[in-house]
Amino acid sequence: MASPLRRDDVAKVAKLARLTLSEEELDQFTEQLGQVLEHAKDIAALDLKDVVATAHPFGLINVVREDVLRPSLDRDAVLAMAPDAEEGRFAVPRILGETP
Amino acid sequence: MKSARQISSDVRSGASTAEAEVAASLAAIAAKNDELNVFLFVDEEEALRTARGIDERVSRGEQVGALAGVPIALKDNLCKVGVPTTAGSRILKGWLPPYNATVVDRVIAAGAVAMGKTNMDEFAMGSSTETSAYGPTRNPLDPSRVPGGSSGGSAAAVASDMTPLSLGSDTGGSIRQPAALCGLVGVKPTYGLVSRYGLIAFASSLDQIGPFAKNVEDAALLLEVIAGHDVMDSTSLPENAPALVARLNDGVAGKRIGLVRELIEGADEDVVNSVNQAADALRDAGATIVELSIPELRLGLSAYYLIAPAEASSNLARYDGVRYGLRVDANDVAAMNEATRTAGFGAEVKRRIMLGTYALSAGYYDAYYGQALKVRTQMINAFQRAYLDVDLLLGATAPSVAFEFGAKTGNPMMMYLSDVFTIPTNLAGDAAISVPFGVGEGGLPVGVQLLGPGRSEAQLFAAGRVLELAQAPS
Repeated sequence: MASPLRRDDVAKVAKLARLTLSEEELDQFTEQLGQVLEHAKDIAALDLKDVVATAHPFGLINVVREDVLRPSLDRDAVLAMAPDAEEGRFAVPRILGETP
Repeated sequence: MKSARQISSDVRSGASTAEAEVAASLAAIAAKNDELNVFLFVDEEEALRTARGIDERVSRGEQVGALAGVPIALKDNLCKVGVPTTAGSRILKGWLPPYNATVVDRVIAAGAVAMGKTNMDEFAMGSSTETSAYGPTRNPLDPSRVPGGSSGGSAAAVASDMTPLSLGSDTGGSIRQPAALCGLVGVKPTYGLVSRYGLIAFASSLDQIGPFAKNVEDAALLLEVIAGHDVMDSTSLPENAPALVARLNDGVAGKRIGLVRELIEGADEDVVNSVNQAADALRDAGATIVELSIPELRLGLSAYYLIAPAEASSNLARYDGVRYGLRVDANDVAAMNEATRTAGFGAEVKRRIMLGTYALSAGYYDAYYGQALKVRTQMINAFQRAYLDVDLLLGATAPSVAFEFGAKTGNPMMMYLSDVFTIPTNLAGDAAISVPFGVGEGGLPVGVQLLGPGRSEAQLFAAGRVLELAQAPS
C-alpha cells in the first residue's frame, strides 16, 4: 500500500507542531499516519464541490454577553499555577537573540 | 449498590445520611482502586466534609436537591477548584484548576458529592484508557480486558459500585463505548445541551459532557441536573434543561424506529444478535421497526479522524510550558515549547496533533480537512432525511464486547474503528444513548445504541427504559 505520506512530510509537520521525534518515531508515525490518510482517501476522492462545509453542527453565530463588569479569575491564583512568574506576569526564557 | 434516586430519597427522608453513603463509596474505592486503577485522585476529606454539610442541612429541614448525598465520580478532564486535574496527561501533572466546571457546580448544587477524578485516555484520545499517562483502567467485569474509553475510569467507577453516577465526555463515542463495554447506560447529549465551561477541550465542535449510570432513570436524573444554558459557554443552547424523568415511562407505542444497516455492519455476531433482540423488544412495546440504510454513515470515520485531530492540534497548542503544567527548560522560548511538548505528551496525542497539523497545512487543507467538513454536511443531511420517516434510529454501540489489553494498541486504525458506530452522532451534533442489552462473548455485556435528532433526549430515555424493562427479571 503506497502511503500518501513521506518521512520528510512527517518531519516537517513535527517541526510545525513543536514536537521532537526520534528516528524510530519518525518511521512509526510515517507508517501509522499514512494508514489513516489511506483510509481518508474515501472522502478525498468524493466530488463535493457543490456541498457547503459544516464547521459547527448548528451553524454557530457569534454570541456576545452584556457589556457589564463581572468578576474574573484571581491573578495570583492563576499565576500560582504557572511554571514561572515574575511581578504579576508569566515569565519565559528569552524570545529574541542573545541575552545582553 | 443503591440507585442514585434511592440514595437521594433516603438522605432527604432521613432513612440514610450523606455521610454514610459517602463512607460506603470510599470503602468501595479503597477496596478496589489498587486493582482497577479507576480514580487518579480521591478527595476523601472534602467528600466527607461536604456530606456532613448536607446532613446538617437535612436536619435543619432545608431543601437539599435532587442528588442529595449521591457520590459522583468526575472524569479527569473536568475542572474542580484545588483538585488535581490532569486529563490523563503528564503535561498537566500537579495542576490545580482555579475554577469549577459548570457541570461540577451544578451537581454540587444538587447535593451530589464529588468523590474524585477518574482515569481516562490522555486528553480523551483513545478507546481503551490505555493511552493514559497513569496506566490503564481495568474493566471491573473482567480485569483482563479494557473498560473502553476514553471515559473508561468513569465507566469503571459505576460498574464496580464505587459510585452510582459519574460524568464523562463524548467526542466520538467516549461515553457510549465504555458504557457498552462495562454494561452501563451512557448518554451523549445534543451538542450544546450541557455547558462545556471547565471541560478540558479536545475537539470543540464535537465534545459534549454526559452521564453514566446503572439504569436509565439515574442517567436521566443526572442529565436534568447538568443540562441547560450557561452564560460561560457561548455554544450552549439558549434554553432550560428538558424534563426527562417525568417522561421516562412514555414508552415507544406508535413510534417508528429505524434499524440501520450501517450501524451493525462489521459488528461481531453476538453484538448483531443483541441489536436484533432489542428491535424485537421495541416492536413488542408497540414501535414499528423499519430496516433502512444510510450510506453516508460509512464516511463518518474518515471525516472524524481528520476533523477531531485538526481541532485538537489547535486546542492543544496551549500546552506550551508558559501558563500552566509542565515546563522543560531550554535556552529560548521556542526550544522550551518543543522540549515541554515532547516530554509532556504521549504517543497517541502526538499522533493526533501531527495528523491534525498535516490535515490543516497548506496544500492539504482542501483535500482533507475541507473535504471532511463537507462530508459532515452530507451526514447531517442524511440524518435529517432519515428522521423525516422515523423517530429514532437503532444500532450497535461498539463492534465487539470489551477487548483484551494490547489487542489494538499496535495499530491505531484498528483502535479508531472502535468508534465507527458512535462517531456519526457527534458529527451531526445529535443525541444518542447506549443501553446494555443481552450478553456476548465471555458473558460480557453488549450495548445497543438509540440515536435521535437534536433535543430528542426525552424520547431516547423513554425508549431506553423500554429496553431496560424488557430485560428485567419477571
